[in-house]
Amino acid sequence: MKNEGGKNNDRNRNDRQVDEKKFRQIGRRELLKLTPVLALGAFAIPKLQEGLLKKGLGFSDWASARMFRSGQLAPTFENADLAPLQKFPINGYDVDDPGVDLEHWTLTVSGAVQKPGEYKLAQVQSLPRYRQNTRHICVEGWDVIGRFGGARLSDFLNAIGADTSARYVTVNCADDYYESLDMATALHPQTLLCYEMYEQPLTREHGAPLRLQIPTKVGYKQAKYLTDLKVTNVLERVGYWEDQGYSWFYGL
Amino acid sequence: MSGTVIEIIQAQPKTAEGEEAPPVVVARAVYEHPFIVRLCHWINSVALFVMVGSGLQIFRAFPSFGAKIPQKDLLHWPKAFAIGGWLGGALQWHLTFMWIYIATGLLYVCYQLFSGNYRQVLFTHRDIPGVWPMVKHYFFFGPKPPLREAYNPLQKQAYTTAIVLGVLSVLTGFAVWKPVQFSWLGWLMGGFHWARIWHFAVMWAILGFMLGHLVMVVLHGWNNFVSMLTGWKKDPEY
Repeated sequence: MKNEGGKNNDRNRNDRQVDEKKFRQIGRRELLKLTPVLALGAFAIPKLQEGLLKKGLGFSDWASARMFRSGQLAPTFENADLAPLQKFPINGYDVDDPGVDLEHWTLTVSGAVQKPGEYKLAQVQSLPRYRQNTRHICVEGWDVIGRFGGARLSDFLNAIGADTSARYVTVNCADDYYESLDMATALHPQTLLCYEMYEQPLTREHGAPLRLQIPTKVGYKQAKYLTDLKVTNVLERVGYWEDQGYSWFYGL
Repeated sequence: MSGTVIEIIQAQPKTAEGEEAPPVVVARAVYEHPFIVRLCHWINSVALFVMVGSGLQIFRAFPSFGAKIPQKDLLHWPKAFAIGGWLGGALQWHLTFMWIYIATGLLYVCYQLFSGNYRQVLFTHRDIPGVWPMVKHYFFFGPKPPLREAYNPLQKQAYTTAIVLGVLSVLTGFAVWKPVQFSWLGWLMGGFHWARIWHFAVMWAILGFMLGHLVMVVLHGWNNFVSMLTGWKKDPEY
């Protein structure tokens, strides 16, 4: 109750008298101080809305890139936690099978690399193989724990003599899908050029013969049916879903 | 400074002898809500509206907490009561206003702590004895307990809970948004699935608070409402 006494003392000390007109003036002045709140109304103006939301999304991407830590690994799981392959959802923006000629498939490598050209699947498979049970998270909100295998993208970048001080790795796909990655994520040890799931060759609907598997990114960043890979400092295209309005970085 | 009292006076006509009559005090007013508190309150009320609306639109993309295959939908939230139009649009709103929501939340909490104004709202053990009489008054037509400060014990409990819910909404949100970078948050919540469930549940808890809050605002009338705009409450009950 000590507090109470102090409050009463304060009250007596601060007591002052004003007439009603002056009291209304004080109220108006205090109300006007809240006008900055009205700035939020800019979001309701159709002309400004798109730009503001783009800025907000850009800020989220910037903050996400700051939060990303190269040494932070995505949680991995026991085999018992795996969803069976037939319960692993198949998600594509267009077709499940873009009809890749698996016999003659090559990955076209270009950009800031010492050894550009056509790479066969066997060349990717000659790199150390990593297998990981990780959670695949879709932007829609669902997730599934799967078993993925492939070469580290960082090993591949090393093999092609990529300039890893470049900013981006971009990919094109057989279904005309396209994506781009920040270099930090491309070099992350869990970022795979994935050619198998559940220790079996990648099936067509899951992106045969080669896809990105990135447990630190949301699903739409993990492009399937890769055909081209480029190391670059300039993004000609950002990504299919990004162009529809999704976040570019979307790191988990 | 909250707690400051003003006496509103009315000048009196001169007496028949031409002497100045002392002014009469017609009302008292207390400064209840400091500027920062009011600013945060109104910005956050807009931010919360957007967060809930866009959050529900995001939920519409996968209205379930189970597996994708087979998908068992929990509820079909009508699009008319959601913000953003589609998943991508809703995410733009959600990822923009969350920074406004977090910023005002931080500003509010820091201000309350450093100014000492938190004593006005923080529910502590000293408020416990006053809870039951207030419950009896609100819900069982009991007599009205005398009010000695801005908020009664139940109000303090409600506002303190709301602040805790606000913090939880951000923490559960980060567990869903950044399950790798903040994997420890998801672990605390019982995994990624549970983090999503908690995030959703916290939203409903906040909506529940808001419903009660709005009902009380209506019941307490204009004078009380104005105090959240100007800071000053005329004719306080204490």
